Order: sequence, then structure tokens, then C-alpha cells
Amino acid sequence: MGDDPAVVIDRLTVHRGGHLVLDAVSCEVAAGSVTGLLGPSGSGKSTLIRSVVGVQKISGGTVEVLGKPAGSRPLRSLIGYLTQAPSVYADLSVRENLRYFAAVLGTAPSDVDSVISAVGLTDKAGALVGRLSGGQRTRVSLAAALLGAPRVLVLDEPTVGLDPVLRRDLWELFNELAGRGTTLLVSSHVMDEAERCSQLLLLRDGRVLAADSPAAIRDRTDTHDLESAFLALIDAEQVPSP
Amino acid sequence: MNARITLATAGRVLTQLRHDHRTIALLLIVPCLLLALLSWVFDGEPAVFDRIGPLLLAIFPLVVMFIVTSVAMLRERTSGTLERLLTMPMNKLDLLLGYAVAFGVLAVVQAGLAGAVSLWLLGLDIVGSAGWLLVTALLSALLGTALGLLASAFAQTEFQAVQFMPAFVLPQLLLCGLFVPREAMQSVLSAASNVLPLSYAVDAMAEVAASTGLTAAAGRDFLVLGAFIVGALVLGAATLRRRTA
Repeated sequence: MGDDPAVVIDRLTVHRGGHLVLDAVSCEVAAGSVTGLLGPSGSGKSTLIRSVVGVQKISGGTVEVLGKPAGSRPLRSLIGYLTQAPSVYADLSVRENLRYFAAVLGTAPSDVDSVISAVGLTDKAGALVGRLSGGQRTRVSLAAALLGAPRVLVLDEPTVGLDPVLRRDLWELFNELAGRGTTLLVSSHVMDEAERCSQLLLLRDGRVLAADSPAAIRDRTDTHDLESAFLALIDAEQVPSP
Repeated sequence: MNARITLATAGRVLTQLRHDHRTIALLLIVPCLLLALLSWVFDGEPAVFDRIGPLLLAIFPLVVMFIVTSVAMLRERTSGTLERLLTMPMNKLDLLLGYAVAFGVLAVVQAGLAGAVSLWLLGLDIVGSAGWLLVTALLSALLGTALGLLASAFAQTEFQAVQFMPAFVLPQLLLCGLFVPREAMQSVLSAASNVLPLSYAVDAMAEVAASTGLTAAAGRDFLVLGAFIVGALVLGAATLRRRTA
């Protein structure tokens, strides 16, 4: 830590289908942190994530990742991206999917087996993705994001539909990766996952309600859990409005 | 452009097909059966089969590859794999050329099989060489692939993508000279026929079937086909957007 932030977002504004989805959002993601992007469904989490990866059309503001404009060519081998819906080929096996993505990235083929094992799918490596459960497909997609040991991992709801043991294992993996210097931006709508992050961005209606560590947010709102903290922040926001 | 990524993409597309035995069987066997049916229909008039048979060897690859490619590319768009690939160090042309290589390989196998069945089992009698027949079928398949990639940009669902086949391909089939020679059409129709790519695939096939070696006319048709293929691929690449709404 103490490095430059891995992601710097400055007055990011996004419209989708005529609606304002992100309203001049400014925030940072510290290098080597596990930053949780928390907020209800429809708050703009996925849009913010897509902006960081550089696949979202934006109306205003800037997004920089590792000091370069989001989506620019040099970043394409430095960022791992997990889309919300598993983006892997249903008609290929787990290993065939990952071999292909590894070839596109130009990483060593040995990387394929290590990411399969990191997401706990070694015994399913030869199975067609289309025959796997939803949670297993998400993990294949996550494994693809881990290929090539990217410096920044941007994960859109990686733990949806997973059983608690697996969720715990994945959060351990995320913290382990952060310990090795990877920066993670992880979205979730489950508040209990927020406790596992070093930093939080609370998003609601396209605006940042709070950006701090979980402990600092609890202290500031004088609450014991983040669910109550989130509610307190919403209430506090609504008071000054006329 | 990057040969490693292009070849990996071609290999991936072929692996997807390899898992789908029924599609492979349909792709390879249906053209042979249709040619057999055609030769049976013209049982008493072998000259007609000798004229139409080769033309179908140019038409099948385009029609089949058009459908397969447009649906495959639409799946890339809707499943999110396209979005993932475009966040990776992949050029749009690497992806499109990967598809072209994969379906080109498939087309050679398809045309080789259909050609062998026609020449050796069904008694198709042509002057030209089987080699140029294959080259023409390959170009026709690449054209179908390039047009399918382009058409997929305008479809939002697989239903729509499949409907593009009659919309894009049937008018070309009516005007390509299969039913009425292109010179004998009304001036408006023959002008339309002149700007449609399938006409050149069919012309080229008629030419290579009727002459030994490569004639100037067939060479010109190949060049026009090449230009259509490159043009459709470039337009197709322009429809692949890294940033979407």
C-alpha cells in the first residue's frame, strides 16, 4: 500500500437507454486492496464495473486503471474480468475453455490447471460447461479471469449462487491474491461479504454513499453491522433534502 | 493481427463443432443427399444434372456457412464471451479470421465429400478439374462466413439470425443464374444480379466446371469473390464494438 491507487474514477457519468445510471461518481480503488462494491440491484454496480474494464459507453468523466485510460490496449493483458453472467462456451469442456482463453492471453498452458484448481473444479476439468450447475459455470468464468495472474481483477458478483463453504474459500482466495499484490474490485449485493473486504464502496442510485474501510463505516454511523450502517447512511442522506 | 490468436480461435470453433456430432453430420451428409436427390430427379437428362450439379457445389457452402456463422457469432455476442474476448489482447480481425479459417476447413471437407460423391457415385460429368471445384467451393464458404458474421450484427435473437438466411440468401439464389441464365434476365434483375456476391460464386463454378485449367473469366470471378469476402469481413469488424451501451 501507499502506492498510487490502481483505479481512479473521476466524475464518471453514464446513461443507459436515456436513464442516468451513474451520476458523476468519483472514487478510487487502492492498489493491493480487496475493494467491495456494494449496493442493491440496480444501483449501478455492473455499469461501474464495465466502465473500469472499458466496455461501457460513458457520457462523461474519466476512468484510469494503473495510470492508463480504462480499456486502452496496454491494459488488456493486465486486467482479469468476470462478467455477471458466466461468459464461457457451454459447448466446450472446462479445460478447453480455459486453454482457449490462455492462448488468447498468451499465458503458459500450465496456468490452465492451476486456475482450475484455484476455483476447485479439478474433478470437472473434462466436463462440458453446459452440463455444469450455475455455480460451477460461474467458477469456470472466474477461472478464466484468473488466467495470466492479472494485476487487477474486476469481478462482478463472483459468489452468487455458491454454497457457503465455497464462498468462504473464494474470499480466502481473493485475500490471498491481494496479499500477493493483486488489486481486486468485487461487486456483491450481499452485505455479509462486505466484512471480508479491506475497503468498501457503497453505491446507491448511481451515487457513492460511502467509500471507506468496513470498520470506519461502522464507526462513522455508530452501528455494529454494515446492513445497519448502509441504512443509516441512506437515512442521513435523505435528511438534508428539502 | 496475431496468428497465434487466429489459429487458437479457429481451433476453438472447430472443437465446439466437434462436440456437436449432429451438426457435423448434417453439414457433411445433407449436401451429398441433396445432390443424390437432384441426380435422381434428372435421371433421364444427365446434361441438366451436369450443368446444375456443380452450381449447387458453390451454393451449399455459402448457404450453410452463412447460417452456422451468423448463429455462432450471435451466441458470442449474447453469451458475453465476445465482451470477455474484447477485454483481452485480441484484435477484432483475429476473431473474424479465426472463424473464417475454421469454416474454411469445414467447407473443404464438405465440398470434397459432396464433390467426390457427385463425380464418382452420381456420374457427374465435368470438363474441369476437381481441384478448382474445391477452390471455388472454399471461396463460396468464406463468402458465406463473412456475410454471416456481418449479418449477425443485425440480429438480436437466434430466431432473427435464422430468418436472415431467406432474407439475405434466397434473393441471391433466385438471381444467381441457377434458374435463368443471368444474361437472359430483365435489365433491372440482371443489374441486381451483377452486384450480388453469390452470382460470382455460381459463375466461377460454371466456368471451372466447363473448362480445363483456370480461365481468365474464372480468375476475374475469384477476384470479385475475394473483394466481397474482404469487404464483408472489414464491415463485420466495424460492427464489433469494444464499448457498448
